[in-house]
Amino acid sequence: MVVSQTDAVMAELRHQFGGHIAELKAQHNEIYCDLNAQNLDWLPKVCTYVHLHWHASFVCAWATDEREQFKTFRLNYIFSIDAQDLFVIVRAPVSPEQHQFASVAAHMISANWAEREIHDTFGLKPLGHPNLKRLWAQPDWPPNAFAMRKDFSLQSHVPRVEGVFEFRQVEGEGVFEIPVGPVHAGIIEPGHFRFSVAGEPIINLQIQLYYTHKGTEKLCEGLSAEKALHVSERISGDSTFAHSTAFCHAIERLAGVEIPGRAQFLRMLFLELERIYNHLSDIGMIVNDVSFLVGYAHAMRLREDVMKLNEKLTGSRLLRGLNTLGGVRRDLPETVYSEVRDTLQNVRRELEELAELLWSSASVMDRLETTGVLTEKTTKDIGIVGIAARASGLDRDCRRDHPHLRYRQIDFKVPVYTTGDVYARTRVRVDEVFESILIIDQILSQISAGPIRVLIEKIPANAHALGYTEGWRGPIVQTIQTDNEGKIFRYKIDEPSFHNWPALIFAVQGNIVPDFPLINKSFNLSYSGNDR
Amino acid sequence: MIRILRKALQNGRVTTKYPFKPDVPPDGFLGKPVIEFTQADLEKLKQAESVCPTRAISIETMGNQSTVKLSYVRCIFCGLCAEVYPEAITMTKEFELASTLKARLETSVEFVDGKFSRVNESEKEPSLEELGEQTKREIFKIFGRSLHIREVDAGSCNGCELEISALNNPIFDLERFGLHFVASPRHADMLLVTGPVTRNMEIALKQTYEATPDPKLVVAVGACACSGGIFGESYASRGGVDKVISVDVYIPGCPPRPQAILHGILLAIGRLKE
Repeated sequence: MVVSQTDAVMAELRHQFGGHIAELKAQHNEIYCDLNAQNLDWLPKVCTYVHLHWHASFVCAWATDEREQFKTFRLNYIFSIDAQDLFVIVRAPVSPEQHQFASVAAHMISANWAEREIHDTFGLKPLGHPNLKRLWAQPDWPPNAFAMRKDFSLQSHVPRVEGVFEFRQVEGEGVFEIPVGPVHAGIIEPGHFRFSVAGEPIINLQIQLYYTHKGTEKLCEGLSAEKALHVSERISGDSTFAHSTAFCHAIERLAGVEIPGRAQFLRMLFLELERIYNHLSDIGMIVNDVSFLVGYAHAMRLREDVMKLNEKLTGSRLLRGLNTLGGVRRDLPETVYSEVRDTLQNVRRELEELAELLWSSASVMDRLETTGVLTEKTTKDIGIVGIAARASGLDRDCRRDHPHLRYRQIDFKVPVYTTGDVYARTRVRVDEVFESILIIDQILSQISAGPIRVLIEKIPANAHALGYTEGWRGPIVQTIQTDNEGKIFRYKIDEPSFHNWPALIFAVQGNIVPDFPLINKSFNLSYSGNDR
Repeated sequence: MIRILRKALQNGRVTTKYPFKPDVPPDGFLGKPVIEFTQADLEKLKQAESVCPTRAISIETMGNQSTVKLSYVRCIFCGLCAEVYPEAITMTKEFELASTLKARLETSVEFVDGKFSRVNESEKEPSLEELGEQTKREIFKIFGRSLHIREVDAGSCNGCELEISALNNPIFDLERFGLHFVASPRHADMLLVTGPVTRNMEIALKQTYEATPDPKLVVAVGACACSGGIFGESYASRGGVDKVISVDVYIPGCPPRPQAILHGILLAIGRLKE
């Protein structure tokens, strides 16, 4: 059925924009729509049409520097048509003389950050962008250095220049500014928050990130896929397995390889274990932030049980060194299945007790309910993804909407809550732990013996493909483009945190400053994944 | 309240006996890689070098003479080298790798005509600096009953943070040693630094260091902090904490297990011997 839906979407695009499309092609569930060079203004038109006509959500946007091969920069905007398991990739060339294009974010605010990042790293200007401040570049970054262009070497020494953060000033009687970070008070990653407050309530929050920028995408350019795989495990430590799965998925689609069934089940098992340990940790940290330390201790104890299980099954608590191109590196003996089941049954039983303890505690509920509300409209407009979206009424889950691995064979529910507060985000996590345990139970009864990896003989040159999975925070989409030798030409990493950081700005408004850590924790976004 | 107490009593004590009793990682754990240099073949070591993602194994050849280096500060413990050359390279279960001297975490071996020749000994005599370090640890041994730690993420992937924060859970319970994480460098005796030190965190790290009162200790946690790890040196990464501030203890690992971090901290304050 996918074929006919693909054809229908392509026919519609051709019908609407035929004269402006240079090439239209499909591969797997990806539809590539290349626009003509002369019609730059059509980029936002095509993008908004795809977005509105098929209710396609914005996935990510990025640029590539193809000046050497095609004398052009190229923009890529990915949209996901969830209902049809399709991705539409709208691509448009940008002339290297003009360095500008018509902003899509001007019509669709979910592309806001993506275009600012393109502006900072490629020096391509989105005309009509509503808020074209620096995002990626810190104030001491020189204005004429564009790190993702091919003529910028990874080893460049970039001098520091004078500069100040552009923060919007809030003025008025009794309005104060509170700067926080980049070094935070807890054991967490660095970032800078600037609050404008009147008394306790927060009027405005602005976020300056990219302190942990490690040049991850640039670093992978020119590497073989085998080497880049290790980098993909280190994009965001808590999503090691999800990121490396998306990476391997992209390479395997690129090479046209289907991994063995056992490897698919094993990947699912590890993805769910990663989800469980992170959710347990978040539940613990959220109740820690409302000073319910007993709950924290119990949740962390359960999390440690899962981490120990990870180490026992795979040798690595964070599931590192496990994924490989074409499958997984280690098999599980059948004798451990019962231990996996026992450990997780214990987690389920204890979490049920713990949840009951939390939901019946007035002091916990008082802090969780109605705190940090993210409305459904905001969620849709700014393109929030993952657990945060599901807590605000959006029923989306990449495992169900774009079934990969063997998720099609698994029966599971996607928990959705509508209140959009800290409580809803906590509930989504608790429910998802239960669902993941049920998923693992099905995995263990369906998995059969067999090989765990296939050899990928050759990675095709000058090819591109998407790889995706639902990480514990939300969907992870990665795009890989290869060069003449089949090495990595461009590696685009899309992290759910990149989409969800702006949510924090909306969710904290009107809340009191002491609730900020709690709201922040309820999103628990990755700094490293965002900054890359 | 009764339910809370009942649950606590049901669970009893969960804290690990480590470090008073040794902790043995499960089978399949990838700890310190060991190369049997005397038996090794240079050509096959070159294969191991080519699969290593972080140049933890590096070989330099001049004529018929080659220097093979194995660096535990660079190693991310992926085990690929042992996969391509299992006859000479073994992944042991050893994880307590922390050291006060970077040189102790690097082995350098000479090969002549493709055959093992000798191990390059690092200097045996402790340098003046090292003696100073030891004195410092003696001082901290006295203060060590109550030591305050400030964690600084200088651009890590968050993997090390996960394991450091695990030290606060009831299993590892860092506070039983009088060790305590604090919210400000001004309250701290020790900085626990992770990440390769990104360009954008360099100034913040220096300022944090300056804000910490003397005497102070710096512990680098993880491959990135010890050497730049997989991110190495680039426009965005300085390539390790000791490029920016002086480091007292290096804890290899990617990330190190919580037990390994605990071991490194206790080593730094002279409560464990190397």
